[in-house]
Amino acid sequence: MMKSWFKSGAPWIWLNAAAVSTSLIMIVGVLGLVTVRGIGHFWPSQVMQFNYMEEGKQPQIIIGEKVDTSITPAAMAKSTGFKMAENEETLVQYLIKTGNRDVTGSDFRWIQERNVKDQSEPADIMVVERREWGNFYGQLLEVKENGKTIATGEQAWPVVQARIEEALAVFKEIAHLEKKEIGAINYGLERLRLKQRKLELKNRLDDAAKQQIAEEKAGFQEQYKQYQAQLAELYQKIRRDRLVAKTENGSTLEIPLAKVVRAFKPNTMSLFEKIAHYGTKVVEFLADDPREANTEGGIFPAIFGTVMMVMMMSVIVTPFGVIAAVYLREYAKQGFTTRLIRIAVNNLAGVPSVVYGVFGLGFFVYILGGNIDQLFFPESAPAPVYGTPGLLWASITLALLTLPVVIVSTEEGLARIPSSIREGSLALGATKLETLWLTVLPMASPAMMTGLILAVARAAGEVAPLMLVGVVKLAPTLPLDGNFPFLHLDRKFMHLGFHIYDVGFQSPNVEAARPLVYATALLLVLVIVGLNLAAIIIRNNLREKYRALEG
Amino acid sequence: MTAQQVRTHAIDMSSVLRNKGTQDTRSETCIKVENLNLFYGEKQALHSINMEMPKKKVTAYIGPSGCGKSTLLRCINRMNDLVDSAKIEGKILLDNENIYDKSINVAALRRRVGMVFQKPNPFPKSIFENVAYGLRIQGVNDKRILEETVENALRGAALWDEMKDRLNDNALGISGGQQQRLVIARAIAIEPEVLLLDEPASALDPISTLKIEELINELKEKYTIIIVTHNMQQAARVSDYTAFMYMGELIEMGSTSQLFTNPTKKQTEDYITGRYG
Repeated sequence: MMKSWFKSGAPWIWLNAAAVSTSLIMIVGVLGLVTVRGIGHFWPSQVMQFNYMEEGKQPQIIIGEKVDTSITPAAMAKSTGFKMAENEETLVQYLIKTGNRDVTGSDFRWIQERNVKDQSEPADIMVVERREWGNFYGQLLEVKENGKTIATGEQAWPVVQARIEEALAVFKEIAHLEKKEIGAINYGLERLRLKQRKLELKNRLDDAAKQQIAEEKAGFQEQYKQYQAQLAELYQKIRRDRLVAKTENGSTLEIPLAKVVRAFKPNTMSLFEKIAHYGTKVVEFLADDPREANTEGGIFPAIFGTVMMVMMMSVIVTPFGVIAAVYLREYAKQGFTTRLIRIAVNNLAGVPSVVYGVFGLGFFVYILGGNIDQLFFPESAPAPVYGTPGLLWASITLALLTLPVVIVSTEEGLARIPSSIREGSLALGATKLETLWLTVLPMASPAMMTGLILAVARAAGEVAPLMLVGVVKLAPTLPLDGNFPFLHLDRKFMHLGFHIYDVGFQSPNVEAARPLVYATALLLVLVIVGLNLAAIIIRNNLREKYRALEG
Repeated sequence: MTAQQVRTHAIDMSSVLRNKGTQDTRSETCIKVENLNLFYGEKQALHSINMEMPKKKVTAYIGPSGCGKSTLLRCINRMNDLVDSAKIEGKILLDNENIYDKSINVAALRRRVGMVFQKPNPFPKSIFENVAYGLRIQGVNDKRILEETVENALRGAALWDEMKDRLNDNALGISGGQQQRLVIARAIAIEPEVLLLDEPASALDPISTLKIEELINELKEKYTIIIVTHNMQQAARVSDYTAFMYMGELIEMGSTSQLFTNPTKKQTEDYITGRYG
């Protein structure tokens, strides 16, 4: 019976199916977990008010969002030091995000369910997202302008909203002035300094040059003064308003509106308001710079850095890999040497990525970059230009890492092109080069794209080598901006993969950052999927065009 | 073949030949092969071949599979250069010029000696671009010249009426027979002197084959044609001269009617009557 069942082959099919299902379940699980946790983060949750009394202590009021629940069996709770009554079987604890780090010193606290006397969702509780100290939870008391109260009680809420709106507009202006305009001036001044130093080193700093530089400098400083005046005005404007609020323990706190991102009352929000709130939070997450050691705000620089680096890598690795593959397949005499080279190339793909990082740091950054600095940028010494990790070296290191994939798949593509096509071209009087360019390479282009797709998939997710050759926790400027020469390959950049690691495990406020880890992970997956989809669409178009191979 | 088949086969042959002029009008020599030996590594594939092929006539190479007829054909436009292990001795004279001379530019030679292969091999481009390919290589990009040449070439290959409305379609979308004529159009677009056809109809259905054969008859007014075929009726139908090869050697060559009706060598007779091969 059993024997015949084994003989029928059914167990084998079951085994195969089980393997496939397990893989599928794991993929769906990963994506599901990341999606649910990541997407939920931006939803405005209800804020609870607890009447809480621990044994032998004064009753207190706790205001916050319920983030997590943990249920511990009585025995285990006892052994970790909780006093348990005879009839209690489990210890239920809630993790509450109470915010107000500037008042209480921490954002989160655990409370025990048995000590909660009652809980409610008061309508007047306000959440204030701030640029410093995390969220604030409490009740709005009044709004002050230059220290004078202008609205209290019921009227305070609309006034505060309007004033926040105003402050945000001013803040935007300030950010623009500081980052764009003054940033450009600083950049220009730095270039002038380098120019002067360069002339000095070459002993060509004569009076005419000196005067010219001085004039330009004066021009910048004049501009700077103007901006400075504008800034002072704006700062005064933004510092004008403050709101006064009551915290859970009854104390009052003044919050300058300059530090407020938004204020809302989640308990009174309708579904549509919540959806709108969610939308703005998502947009903020995608388009803004990070705040508060990366635990709040957006991750735009990381998205930008990741995409930029992957594109740079593609631009480097594709021609390089294709040319190498063409030589190996089309020109090199097939034999022992080419076999050896192929084995070496395939083995390169198996080298741990961090080894590439070490190589990149040791060779590209220190040796190559150091020499470039000595030869071309002596004026900026001792500060390195290319002799330090940056976008260029990261892209080249990853290009090296993904080179084998591109070579192997291009070679396969070239090998698949029937010799009759090559002969057809040669018989028409084309040289080997013309045949390659006009027929063979276009026909092999889908295979090249396949190589590139694999390369992108690998490179976009790589973190370890990047930590050595160019990724940083927080980059003050994007590698692409409005200052000539626009693309700054020497700059350090942010990367989604590293951002996940940094936010999740290096941040001072791990609890607050955890949902952000999931959101960022989801985004990283989406970015990689997006990059791959783009490449796949291009490849499929090419395939459609050069369908000959199947014939 | 059974005896019965052999007999009908022979009858077919004579009926085919009856329609051809039997007089042997010797014309100018176009290609002359002198003492040609070809080795694939250690193995000798062609043994001191000597032959002459006249201008603007059709010469057919027949013989059993592996006898070297395709190899000989590929020598004429130096396609065998692509085979690393191939080594060639002797001369092939094209208009009294040795094509294996060091001074010869192979690409230029192949422009003079076009070739059509056994399986149609159009490029994965539009029909127009396929025919224009040879011209583009020569640097012709003038749209008017290209259009004119493409039309003429397609007319020459009896394909214009079928293709004139779909010049921008992908060449891979047309039938095998059309593809083969397209490949011929592609070859004649650059106006070669010689056209080498390597079993051009072996992958085609009978109607397409017929069309190709008619085409060959028309093309010989302008081009010297050499055709390799393993179909003896075809050789008899289309060629003026026939060469019979066996085991890398040229056994016999003569006018088609003479070779098929009155072969001088026993081997030739055995082959054409179907005793082996």
